[in-house]
Amino acid sequence: MKVSKSPWMLHYDGSSCNGCDIEVLACTMPRYDVERFGVINTGNPKHADILLITGGINAQNKPVVEQIYSQMPQPKVVVAVGICACNGGVFKDCYNILGGVDTVLPVDIYVPGCAAKPEAIIDGVIQAVALLDEKRKSVREDKKEAGQ
Amino acid sequence: MSWILAIGFLVLAPLLGGLLEGADRVLCARMQGRQGPPLLQPFYDMFKLIQKQSVVVNNVQDVLVCGFLIFVVFAGLLFFWGGDILLVFFALTLAEIFFIMSSCSANSPYSSMGAQRELLQNMAYEPMILLTAIGFYLAANTFNVNEIAVASVPAIVYLPGIFIGYVFILVIKFRKSPFDLSTSHHAHQEMVRGLTTELSGNVLAIVSLAEWYENILLISILGLFFLNGTLWSVLAAVLGCGIAYFVVVLADNVFPRVKWDAMIKSTWIVTLVAGGINLMIMELLTR
Repeated sequence: MKVSKSPWMLHYDGSSCNGCDIEVLACTMPRYDVERFGVINTGNPKHADILLITGGINAQNKPVVEQIYSQMPQPKVVVAVGICACNGGVFKDCYNILGGVDTVLPVDIYVPGCAAKPEAIIDGVIQAVALLDEKRKSVREDKKEAGQ
Repeated sequence: MSWILAIGFLVLAPLLGGLLEGADRVLCARMQGRQGPPLLQPFYDMFKLIQKQSVVVNNVQDVLVCGFLIFVVFAGLLFFWGGDILLVFFALTLAEIFFIMSSCSANSPYSSMGAQRELLQNMAYEPMILLTAIGFYLAANTFNVNEIAVASVPAIVYLPGIFIGYVFILVIKFRKSPFDLSTSHHAHQEMVRGLTTELSGNVLAIVSLAEWYENILLISILGLFFLNGTLWSVLAAVLGCGIAYFVVVLADNVFPRVKWDAMIKSTWIVTLVAGGINLMIMELLTR
């Protein structure tokens, strides 16, 4: 049974303008219904497989994002949704913005757009899900090597 | 015969419990105009949780969660073996206390808030559980499940009010409504999932396994209202449980934003009105 059959998603709003957040929520609504892939929008990092971040990273939310990521159990995937999360977007040169999510976390999937379309977000989540299985495999192999 | 039923419960309850949850999720989605997850989704979730890394907060917590599972299974075995229904309810409450203790042991504010809300929830539904046991006694003159199940007249004839009260608390026991109770199945966000905030990986899988056992036990107790030892009564029990479960899911979707204070008030009122009046009439009739 694959891990990807039940990806639980944790959504964190960095310094987003809420445009992408509304689109993320739209994914869970009846029109797009991301639960048909088994996705649950959880609020607990310890239950989550996918960390979905919207908005750029600033000095204030850097430790928060790092802590959320460190609390998630392996295997885990990070998805940056929207151009601000990808590289800072229009806020890139602001004095308080450090840049995209990849300035603090290893981002696996980038979903561009301003705001990102629900179709693009779902596509990103599905790619993240495929990546979960690969990560699970590598975790297992690491364990085997450690055992030998 | 009773041994076969007990072993059947031990083996089949996880399968049926998982299917019940899957059907519940599909049904909920359809009521909300969504397509919903596959029917087997709870099993996918379970296997995923087993494969995930388990972040252990402390060892006591894991032991207490195992206690939750063991006593839920014990209560179910006792019920299907035909034991004392009072003891079944006490074992179920003990299991619940183990679960509450496990979340108290974690040093997390959401965990302890979840534990407090869980205690409130217990306070709300326990009187009705007790009235159910007393009602069965008055209807069949015994607390033994195997004798209640072969009574000449099914218990629901004497206990329609208690049946309604029991279905009412099932909404709470199935962790549906109110939405802001700990580990409510709504949105998975309220109180950061309360009791299970600090649980992950296979320990969380044990919790959902225990919940599957618990749900099957609770719905079997509902079925006991219809049984009188004949084959048609078993069919009536299955049908009755199905309808009651549908009503529970419907009630949850019609009133999705019930809060915990409304729960305490309404549950006690329903317990007093439906359960209390039913018992009074029974007393008058049997005197």
